[in-house]
Amino acid sequence: MLENMLNLSGTALEEEDFRTQRVFFTTDIPKLEYAWDCGVAIGNYLKGLKQGKLWGTYCKKCKRTVIPPRVFCEICFRNMDKWVELKDTGTVNTFSICYVTWDMKKLTYPQIPAVIEIDGATKGKGILHLLAEVDPQMVRVGMKVKAVWKPKSEREGAITDIKYFKPI
Amino acid sequence: MKLRKVAVVGAGITKFVRRAQETAKELSYQASKMALDSCNMPVEEIGCVVHGTAPDAFDGVHMKGEYLSEASGGWRKPFMRSYVGGGTGVFAPINGWYLIASGMFDTCLVVCEEKMSSCQPHPQGAFLTIFDHTTERPLGPNLLWIFALEMNRYMQVHKIPLEQIALVSVKNKHNALDHPSAQLGAELTVNDVLNSEVMAWPVTRLMVSPTSDGAAAVVLASEEVAKKITDKPVWISGVGWDLDTAYWTNRDLYYPEYVEKAARMAYKMAGIKNPREEINIVEPYDPFAYKELHHLEGLLLADKGQAPRITAEGITARDGKMPVCPSGGLLGVGNPIAAAGMMKICELFWQLRGEAGKRQVKNSPRTGLAQAWGDLMQVGTVVIMQRKD
Repeated sequence: MLENMLNLSGTALEEEDFRTQRVFFTTDIPKLEYAWDCGVAIGNYLKGLKQGKLWGTYCKKCKRTVIPPRVFCEICFRNMDKWVELKDTGTVNTFSICYVTWDMKKLTYPQIPAVIEIDGATKGKGILHLLAEVDPQMVRVGMKVKAVWKPKSEREGAITDIKYFKPI
Repeated sequence: MKLRKVAVVGAGITKFVRRAQETAKELSYQASKMALDSCNMPVEEIGCVVHGTAPDAFDGVHMKGEYLSEASGGWRKPFMRSYVGGGTGVFAPINGWYLIASGMFDTCLVVCEEKMSSCQPHPQGAFLTIFDHTTERPLGPNLLWIFALEMNRYMQVHKIPLEQIALVSVKNKHNALDHPSAQLGAELTVNDVLNSEVMAWPVTRLMVSPTSDGAAAVVLASEEVAKKITDKPVWISGVGWDLDTAYWTNRDLYYPEYVEKAARMAYKMAGIKNPREEINIVEPYDPFAYKELHHLEGLLLADKGQAPRITAEGITARDGKMPVCPSGGLLGVGNPIAAAGMMKICELFWQLRGEAGKRQVKNSPRTGLAQAWGDLMQVGTVVIMQRKD
């Protein structure tokens, strides 16, 4: 075993190999387009966002209100019992201060993604969103925050109808 | 159902590199061939093939399993692809295990391969579509976000200082210097790790595993066949896997419940009552430095919040009481997704047979555990391997 470990397959390529055309490659950009139907639960959620409201769903058997809303409870596996209007305030559960884009380009201004537990939902139930109007170094877990909405005329029934959350 | 005993009898691996000249098929073939040759098994004697490879989006090849089947010894054989994101490398051998344990086959070649470099301009692009298309993707998330969010939650709940998490990078990259496949072995200090570029606070560059091309494979056999092939079979004595909800913002990310469930399933099957005493060597999934600690706790090998302490005490060093990632892990050897998990299975095979060379641990291990993790922070896959003297 040890013997054949000394000469493993796998040839690392360097910039030089491409520049000198020691190796060749082909490229393609496959074009795929999708239109995602938002479904029943998220459809209602988006309708709420357009109206400046956050909605969750409640399961009476598991006694929990969840957001994002769904039509079925994944724990007891039955229909959710009712829609519940939640507040547009919440608590920072966790956050990051991100300095790079997905393809590793530097950001001029860092983004602050966070999981925000929404007031009115069961404790620990939150959504992914961004924080702003705050010094990144001042963000803390447990910080109270409120949604900053786009003006009504600009809302389109999307998660981005909330521009971001800011500290209260 | 009466399950048959299943052994690992051979293993093979390629180098892990940022961009390999070899195609996905060539890498799969090299790892498969090395595994077969290591136990002198002709491909004709392989009853079935399991192939593990992660998103088709990396290669831009639809139905990648079928595409890679002949390069994995699967020509005109019962072939299946198994896939649970990052958990694939330890899930594929579980699939191979039950094909033999069930009595359906006597031999199985399990091959895991990833060629991430094909995806331009950066393989991370392939991960962007794991987020919910309506409620998350419009916010522009990238993969670093979820790791940073989970790491911060873990640090906040237990009040863990960054220095203790950086120790994992130092340890694993050091261990990788002795692995012939390794992409990023290095001698570093805690300060090097802390002072490297902040990518998504609290994650710094040296706390992240690289993207890689590579492949790894094992040959599995029933007891009857294994005993004819080798006097040092390594038995798969327990397997477990578990998936949590994809509604990841509804869970407390400080603790991986699904990893604990997978571990308990595997411990029960292996008859392990006290894992901290009975598991002698561990290869948990370490794509980010904190994940090794997070997983040791989920595997019940450390109390909640205490994995950083046992790391600082040297218990998890290669010469410690319970070596963790003696291979060098994903942080040091590299992270060709599915192949990285399989690299851990190969490491246990070599370590338990005393064939790990410079990496050989000092505590003459009898029982080892490999674990992988993936999807939207929701899957845990566990395999326990044992030598019998």
